[in-house]
Amino acid sequence: MIDDLDYQLLAAVQQGLPIVARPYLQIAEQLGLDEQQVIDRLVRLKNQALIKRWCVVVKHRPLGYRANAMIVIAVPMALIDSIAAKIIQHSFVNLCYQRPQQGERWPYNLYCMIHGKDRDTVLQQWAELQQACELSQYRSEILFSRRCFKQRGAIYQPKP
Amino acid sequence: MDQLDKRIINYLQQGFPICVSPYRQVAETLGIEQAELLTRLEKLLADGVLSRFGPIFHAEQMGGALTLAAIKVPEQRFDEVTDIVNAFPEVAHNYARNHALNMWFVLATEHREQVASVIANIEQQTGLRVYNMPKISEYYVGLQLEA
Repeated sequence: MIDDLDYQLLAAVQQGLPIVARPYLQIAEQLGLDEQQVIDRLVRLKNQALIKRWCVVVKHRPLGYRANAMIVIAVPMALIDSIAAKIIQHSFVNLCYQRPQQGERWPYNLYCMIHGKDRDTVLQQWAELQQACELSQYRSEILFSRRCFKQRGAIYQPKP
Repeated sequence: MDQLDKRIINYLQQGFPICVSPYRQVAETLGIEQAELLTRLEKLLADGVLSRFGPIFHAEQMGGALTLAAIKVPEQRFDEVTDIVNAFPEVAHNYARNHALNMWFVLATEHREQVASVIANIEQQTGLRVYNMPKISEYYVGLQLEA
């Protein structure tokens, strides 16, 4: 279980950790805690998997990842897990999810993301994926992003 | 950005220590001084290469929800609808994509039941249908991008 202090702590760290020698001390001072309490709580929250990962969040475009493709495929439900298992063998696939179909005009149930340096490379990777996973027989579409308006993590408010 | 910046980014995408002197520990692993690491991180954040340095929450474990949603936005209304959608604090990111369903955004809500009300609010304010596509299974998530 997590308590109000945990929520306050998560709210304090969510915008980013201070870039100073003792970042957890700085957060502790903001909250009126001591440094070790902050560390213990954050370690516990990580062990409880409330914090999935603790790391830097990169922006895609400055790193040269200009092609961001969402690939959607309509596969038979009976095969979806085995097809996904093949797809995720490919290291250029960054995400793979099953999502609900939305009727005949949007029959897709398998979603993959490829973040690539340029569009040609991503198209080539998609062709490779289609061949390796025998996807050509299914309806699919590749949606490249044209613009990214907002990219940030989820924001949580501390509990009142 | 030089080779050292790239090493820093690639290393820190894998995780970050929770201990008294976390930057010192990272600096030692990378074989550099702590001061150098701090200076470079400040610069990478200021230059917008890194967007954030901290935790990635597990929305569902937090009692919240994440979903992917899409709207077919008439081209002439695109900017207006973008402003409406992005004004919702629950919209974590939003991409324009080349399809009739041309706006794709992720909603992250603090409580599970808020997804439906946020979607209803967006539909009401835009007058457009929001297609909700919550995940059913997660097969793989590996968002590390090699610098």
